[in-house]
Amino acid sequence: MSSETKQILTTDGIPLEVSLKKAEKKNKIKAFLLVAPLLLFLVITYIFPIGDMFMRSVDDRMVTNMLPKTFKAMEKWENLDELPPEEVYRGFYEDYKLLAENQQHGKLGQRLNKEKNGFNTITKKLFRQIKRKKIDESASLKEQINKLHKRWRDVEYWQAIKRTAPPYTASKYLKGMDMYFAADGSIAQVDEDRRIHRILWLRTLEIAFFVTLFCFFMGYPIAHLLATLPMKYSNLLMICVLLPFWTSLLVRTASWMILLQQQGIVNDFFVMIGLVADDNRPEMMYNKVGTYVAMTQILLPFMVLPLYSVMKTISPSLMRAGKSLGGTPFVAFWKVYFPLTIPGIGAGCLLVFILAIGYYITPALVGGASGTLISNQIAFHMKTTLDWSFASAMGLMLLTGVLVIYWIYNKLVGVDNIKLG
Amino acid sequence: MALPSYTETRYRIWHYIYLAICTFVFFFLIAPLFVIFPLSFNAEEFLVFSEGMKNLDPDAFSLRWYKDMVYGTKNPWGLAAKNSFIIAIFATIGSIILGTLAALGLSSRHMPYKGLIMATLISPMIVPLIISGVAIFFFMAKAGLAATHTGIVLAHIILGTPFVVITVTATLSGFDHSVTRAAASLGSNPVNTFMKITLPLILPGVISGGLFAFVTSFDEVVVVLFLAGLENTTIPIQMWTGLREQLSPTILAVATCLILLSTLILVTAELLRRRSERLRGINR
Repeated sequence: MSSETKQILTTDGIPLEVSLKKAEKKNKIKAFLLVAPLLLFLVITYIFPIGDMFMRSVDDRMVTNMLPKTFKAMEKWENLDELPPEEVYRGFYEDYKLLAENQQHGKLGQRLNKEKNGFNTITKKLFRQIKRKKIDESASLKEQINKLHKRWRDVEYWQAIKRTAPPYTASKYLKGMDMYFAADGSIAQVDEDRRIHRILWLRTLEIAFFVTLFCFFMGYPIAHLLATLPMKYSNLLMICVLLPFWTSLLVRTASWMILLQQQGIVNDFFVMIGLVADDNRPEMMYNKVGTYVAMTQILLPFMVLPLYSVMKTISPSLMRAGKSLGGTPFVAFWKVYFPLTIPGIGAGCLLVFILAIGYYITPALVGGASGTLISNQIAFHMKTTLDWSFASAMGLMLLTGVLVIYWIYNKLVGVDNIKLG
Repeated sequence: MALPSYTETRYRIWHYIYLAICTFVFFFLIAPLFVIFPLSFNAEEFLVFSEGMKNLDPDAFSLRWYKDMVYGTKNPWGLAAKNSFIIAIFATIGSIILGTLAALGLSSRHMPYKGLIMATLISPMIVPLIISGVAIFFFMAKAGLAATHTGIVLAHIILGTPFVVITVTATLSGFDHSVTRAAASLGSNPVNTFMKITLPLILPGVISGGLFAFVTSFDEVVVVLFLAGLENTTIPIQMWTGLREQLSPTILAVATCLILLSTLILVTAELLRRRSERLRGINR
């Protein structure tokens, strides 16, 4: 025998190692091809559109494309505290004239008006002058435009135009946090009485947190009961958890609207036991109370199911052992049982929290003005104000929050441990 | 859960408090669903129990709102129900096909980048619906599929596949791969092996995933609100509109029908779960 190790060959005469690698590669491709249709479908219809949302949220090319000559000329505008040179006026005039011919000037006026109040008036004034051909293109445009309105002589308006030059902007994100770019480019806070978004973010977090807390305190005992009762009873009680789980969200919200209305059963009950006077029935819907109650009931199954599946695996003999070693039932529970259920608690709480933070339907129906959440604001901008870029920006801010929570969830529990029913 | 006879009084009290809390929570979970049922038979137009109903007077009950649901001229429930079923059925079929294939690939030990791909595939379940709605709307608008059945079906496939992927992957985790190898060694081709061996074994998982996908599509309102036009109205959209404008008893009649449907689905899902556990040899 030679000292070299002899290569093992397959029947075809190919070395076994090569043949195995080939087979494994084939298997890899086969597995990937099975996943490919869904992956491709999701990437095209779902992942890319989320990227598209990001592009829309930072896109500010409208003005950039509308005023190309202006921005070209502005490169020569050196002292920003003084009015720009003649070239900038000429560039702006030429750009604006072109827009006016294409009926696009109104859009520009509105966009600039958002940047600085009062732009709409002075651009319309310029438009009328152009239409009446009152502007002499051979003379100094700077003088003629400045004469139209005193705002054209105000350098702040020209600075505002310059601020719209970059094709991308983070201003929508700042707006979502009640901040904006001030005239000098620094970040400033909105006036105190107009800070609506920060209130909404805080309220969303607050409601998600408390709903999670309520679900935990209500879900833990019944999950424990379901896991410890004999099968024939627990199966029956499980229906109480699973039937709401499978029932339409709108049906459950409708039933809460009936229960919580002023002449509703809950109020009837309070009057009956003498808690409130008949003519002084409390408003329980269209405020935070309604949102809390309905959301807790709707999300409770998502807390109970993961807790139950963890508790089911805990052997009852552990508690007995704890007690036999001298622990009181409380000590045995706290030192033995509770630590074992922590994976279930983590899964349940994060699941409920993630669902609650993005809730839309129930708050919109029973929340009223003080119970609405950030999702309602996103829907409002998508449908009513049609400010899609702002809706996208807020959506992505929310998504970032959810992904951070999901990442923590993955570290603590692992995504593979998600169980359904 | 009888207590042992030697239990001290204070633990006995705690035990009864615990049972009382549990009773309250179960009541809290299930009772709201049962309010709808009697009120949908109300003869009057108000959404409160009338004096007649409290006295169980037969004249206070009627099928008026059910008739209104079916025959009411102004009611779009017929069209909505038809649309809902068509959309849900096609979305379920699409989700099952794409989801099962993907789950088969993901369960192979040769699958590269398993974690990343799994995270991508189930992301529609994690991302808040409102964001999915906005993103899908942008896509459908660009693709010219907004306000079409096709667009809504595709959107619901996106939302439904994660459930199929999860349930089928779970079923496949207990799957004995030697049976497919045995079939292959006996001369069966892969398609035949899948149809005759693998599919019957993973069928409970596939169907329960399909049920999730069906319910997701049938109940879905957030994404559909962005996508649907007047022609594509669904039951959830009609309910949403009805609940926003004015709570009419007809909605309660519809809600009762939906509760019956969900009961049916629950029973099916439970039977399947037990069968799949039996097949996987999980005895409890």
